[in-house]
Amino acid sequence: MPVLPLMRPLPTWRMPAGLRRRARLLPVVPAVLLLLVFLAGPVLWAFQASFTNAALTGRNARSPGWVGLDNYQRLLTDPVLPLSLGLTVLFVGGSAILGQNLLGLTIAVLMRQARKPVAAVVGTAVVAAWVLPEIVAAFAAYAYFSRDGTLNQLLGGLGFGQPDWLYSFPMAAIMLANVWRGTAFSMLVYRAALNDVPADVTEAALMDGATGWQRLAFITLPMIRGSIATNLMLITLQTLAVFTLIWVMTAGGPANSSTTLPVLAYVEAFKFGDIGYGTAVASLLILIGAVFGAAYVRLLREGKP
Amino acid sequence: MTTAAPASRRELYVGPSRGQRRARLPADAALLLIGACFLLPLLWLVFASLDPEAGHETRVPGEVSLDNFAAVMTPGLLFQPLWNSMVLSAGTAAVNLVAAVLAAYPLSRYRSRFNRPFLYAVLFGTCLPVTAIMVPVYGLFVQLELLDSMPATIFFMATTTLPMAIWMTKNFMDAVPVSLEEAAWVDGASGLAALRTIVLPLMRQGLGVVFIFVFIQAWGNFFVPFVLLLSEARQPAAVSIFSFFGQHGAVAYGQLAAFSILYSVPVLALYVIVARGAGSSFALTGAMKG
Repeated sequence: MPVLPLMRPLPTWRMPAGLRRRARLLPVVPAVLLLLVFLAGPVLWAFQASFTNAALTGRNARSPGWVGLDNYQRLLTDPVLPLSLGLTVLFVGGSAILGQNLLGLTIAVLMRQARKPVAAVVGTAVVAAWVLPEIVAAFAAYAYFSRDGTLNQLLGGLGFGQPDWLYSFPMAAIMLANVWRGTAFSMLVYRAALNDVPADVTEAALMDGATGWQRLAFITLPMIRGSIATNLMLITLQTLAVFTLIWVMTAGGPANSSTTLPVLAYVEAFKFGDIGYGTAVASLLILIGAVFGAAYVRLLREGKP
Repeated sequence: MTTAAPASRRELYVGPSRGQRRARLPADAALLLIGACFLLPLLWLVFASLDPEAGHETRVPGEVSLDNFAAVMTPGLLFQPLWNSMVLSAGTAAVNLVAAVLAAYPLSRYRSRFNRPFLYAVLFGTCLPVTAIMVPVYGLFVQLELLDSMPATIFFMATTTLPMAIWMTKNFMDAVPVSLEEAAWVDGASGLAALRTIVLPLMRQGLGVVFIFVFIQAWGNFFVPFVLLLSEARQPAAVSIFSFFGQHGAVAYGQLAAFSILYSVPVLALYVIVARGAGSSFALTGAMKG
């Protein structure tokens, strides 16, 4: 972050220096107020509410009672929690860290070798899935994976079996859908990063007889490792928060077999009306997000001393 | 990636133009295959919207008709929800722009101990999973009696994108040279006057990118209005789309697809404007570079 040199105006009336310095920060106040009321407020409220038996309706909605660690004790003994945690890790690891990340890198590398119009057309197709409103993307994915949807029509045409994806393999379906939806982000990050790799470095390696794979593994990838780390962090955080896609496609089912943490928090709070327990789940998710967020901020700070 | 190896050797031994042309073929083929996979799920959307008897399956419509579009183009089904989306998204983007520009100015122009911690806190804020905050936000809105309020929803949605907007705006503002303002300062203009008359006009392209970026996110947002806006008259298109799921399990697939297309067109157009105007990765670099 370049900090620009400080140039003082010539004031007609001189405020005390300390006051003047503070007055300069006044324009930040609206942003800080918004962030405190609508972001920090709910987070703190979540931690507080997770110690109560707040409910969606009824007596406990009006005056929630303090229940201490009950919600968290229930969370620890709830058989759905380890399942949900595992599914969340599987979802993030499979669809973001492996799927979106590797596919995005592959597309970005291929685009540098392919003809310009081909790269432009394919880039548009990948980005289209990303720019669509999430509810539309979710319906399209739902139709694609449904029993008589496009995927099964294709498989049938090729002579393969036609499983009911959303019931038999719900995790595979939502992970593929998330790769389809989110790869554009990684692709754009890697395209920008690859453009910044100076051509003479790869040319020098080319002269030394390095193959394409060697150049990619030993020169290009190490040179863009900053972008790789940033991309991994950001897609992890985005995928951790995916709700709409899963909600429309499987609603967490069948029998909780695709209930990631955001879906679990929603179901507990709004379907079963237990706001207290739902916020306990949400608090856990916020904590996980906070750990990754802190790691991301650290990463950026170390990047530029 | 498998094609990278032959590509390089050819470049070395044969002339670059011929070698590249040969190496391009496998890369082209691989890319086109990937692109086709990405387009396939959208195929259903297009076919079903033109087919009066559409179902789950993708098929070329027996007869192409615009009946589905005609059926959804009524005030209650289409125009009111789209108007609500418009109000929500434009309001969210406007609140974002005002708050982000005000906050970015001192962060970009004055050296202060407060800058770095604030910027990192803001960056941290972009990382919190918004879906996790929705349950507590619902609780908060119940207690403050703000449920089903359009302005409150706009302010909340604005806050969720505000960290990213501040970060982007500050980067765009850093690119405006400070020397121009120095002249104004010497003439006795206050910081905010210099901001309004000199800095903002110079960074209007960047401001456009921030506005469109926030607008697209708000337009596509489903979860926030789904939880916070209850009455049908206020629901944006993202939520009202569920009205195509009938009470008895009958789904009007053709109309659902037609509605989805009409609802998606504005953001697709806005994205094209940003991508055309400033290079496809421009908005992203604005957001990513420290």
